[in-house]
Amino acid sequence: MIWVNAIVQGLLLGGLYALFACGLSLMFGVMRIVNLAHGDIAVLAAFLAYSTISFTRVGVLGATLIVLPVFAVFGYLVQSGMLSPALKVGPLSTLLATFGLSIVIQNALQQGYSADTRALNVGSLVSASLHISGQISVAYLSLITFGLAVVVLVALQLFLSRSSTGRIMRATADDPEAATLSGANARHVYGIATAIAFATVALAGLMFAMQSSFSPSIGPTRLLFAFEAVVIGGLGSLWGTLVGGMVLGLAQTLGAQYNPAFTLLAGHIIFLAVLAFRPQGLIAARRTA
Amino acid sequence: MNLLSLADLTVRHGQLTAVNALSLDLAEGSTLAVIGANGAGKTTLLRAIAGTLPPATGTITFDGHDITRTPAHRRAANGIRLVPEGRRLFASLTVEENLLAGAYRRRSGPWNVGAVVELFPWIGERRRQSARLLSGGEQQAAAIGRALMGNPRLLLLDEISLGLSPVAVQQLYQAMPNILATGTTVLLVEQDVSQALRVADRVLCLLEGRTVLTGAPAELTTAQIEKAYFGLSGSHT
Repeated sequence: MIWVNAIVQGLLLGGLYALFACGLSLMFGVMRIVNLAHGDIAVLAAFLAYSTISFTRVGVLGATLIVLPVFAVFGYLVQSGMLSPALKVGPLSTLLATFGLSIVIQNALQQGYSADTRALNVGSLVSASLHISGQISVAYLSLITFGLAVVVLVALQLFLSRSSTGRIMRATADDPEAATLSGANARHVYGIATAIAFATVALAGLMFAMQSSFSPSIGPTRLLFAFEAVVIGGLGSLWGTLVGGMVLGLAQTLGAQYNPAFTLLAGHIIFLAVLAFRPQGLIAARRTA
Repeated sequence: MNLLSLADLTVRHGQLTAVNALSLDLAEGSTLAVIGANGAGKTTLLRAIAGTLPPATGTITFDGHDITRTPAHRRAANGIRLVPEGRRLFASLTVEENLLAGAYRRRSGPWNVGAVVELFPWIGERRRQSARLLSGGEQQAAAIGRALMGNPRLLLLDEISLGLSPVAVQQLYQAMPNILATGTTVLLVEQDVSQALRVADRVLCLLEGRTVLTGAPAELTTAQIEKAYFGLSGSHT
């Protein structure tokens, strides 16, 4: 039963990882940008929510509704002001630009909030859980996070496959110049992609911050997990990202069940095994997204 | 009224002057074929008009507006559509999605998926297939369809016969009268001179970025065209 519990917790944890990862996957799929600041953006969102709750009377839900649009706008501005110009120079310069952004965010947060750990207070929800059987109970927050991940991935998939903007986003990913000839302003399309990526990773950051404590320096670990989820699942496939997140979460909780020291190692080993034996990922991409 | 006017247009690729002080006027509803050997500047000319290659000097006027500095995506939205060399379909999209992508910023007009399917009936049964599964001729037809989806006032066709079988070329050109019937102005670039002469009402021969011969197909003799095409006469008109 203990192992069944570990499996359930691992799969639910995978939802959080998928939520972290889908923006990373989208930015890479559309613009070939590996956003090294991805994890720090999530942490920044958590701190912004923390301050919003401290200085106003809004609760966690209100803060979330404020933070997400702010980060969408932030993403659009970062893309059109910093990343699109860097893209013209070459792929290496976008890597350097996002690395720089990562350092700036981490240090600004250290300066502003000190290195102390904090948590987003969700009241009694933090410990409330659904009892399934004797040894298995799942936290409502984990369930909510998993549900949000599925909703976000389905919405993103529908956006990319059905909407006119999503279609031109995939077209721009294939061939930016040909998309321009159909009337697409690549800079605007890229801005929308990054806006979505920042909003989703901000949501992931908030869900994480409700369940665990956070500090300015944890961003790179979040980036690593997101990166592993994307690679395990398969680049360019949103369902792959969910599967990748769940496999990573499963590996970590099963590793922890065996011996807590193996938590992270188990995830990394799965990641390396996929890279070695199935580099295209568990779910091969049917189309670039 | 002239839909498109180029005045003294010069376009450079680094040190190379691909289009050299070219001027031309294109009346609305007309069809101009630009012919010339490889490297004569034909593709460069189309890219400058579409806006993907900025000219060094000169002006481009479209529908009475100076669009020399207008970005390519805005020109496309305003009715200048280029079918680029090499087709450039969106490989991860289906055939229908390629057409719909062409309608992303469209003018109002007669073209939609149904009208394109009527023009190229085979698209109907293959609309859900990936664009990368199409043959060369089908890709070219889909690329033309994608451009038409924007209801262009000016359609720029770059070497649509390149690399295709004679049958495929013939099928594409059979569709031309239907495209022209909607009143679209067409500027086409061809190496296949006989096809170009058949559809165009005016021909312009480029040599090293300059106009060396221009006229209606009926007025030009084969010898004149050959001379101009290969640059044998050296007499610039």
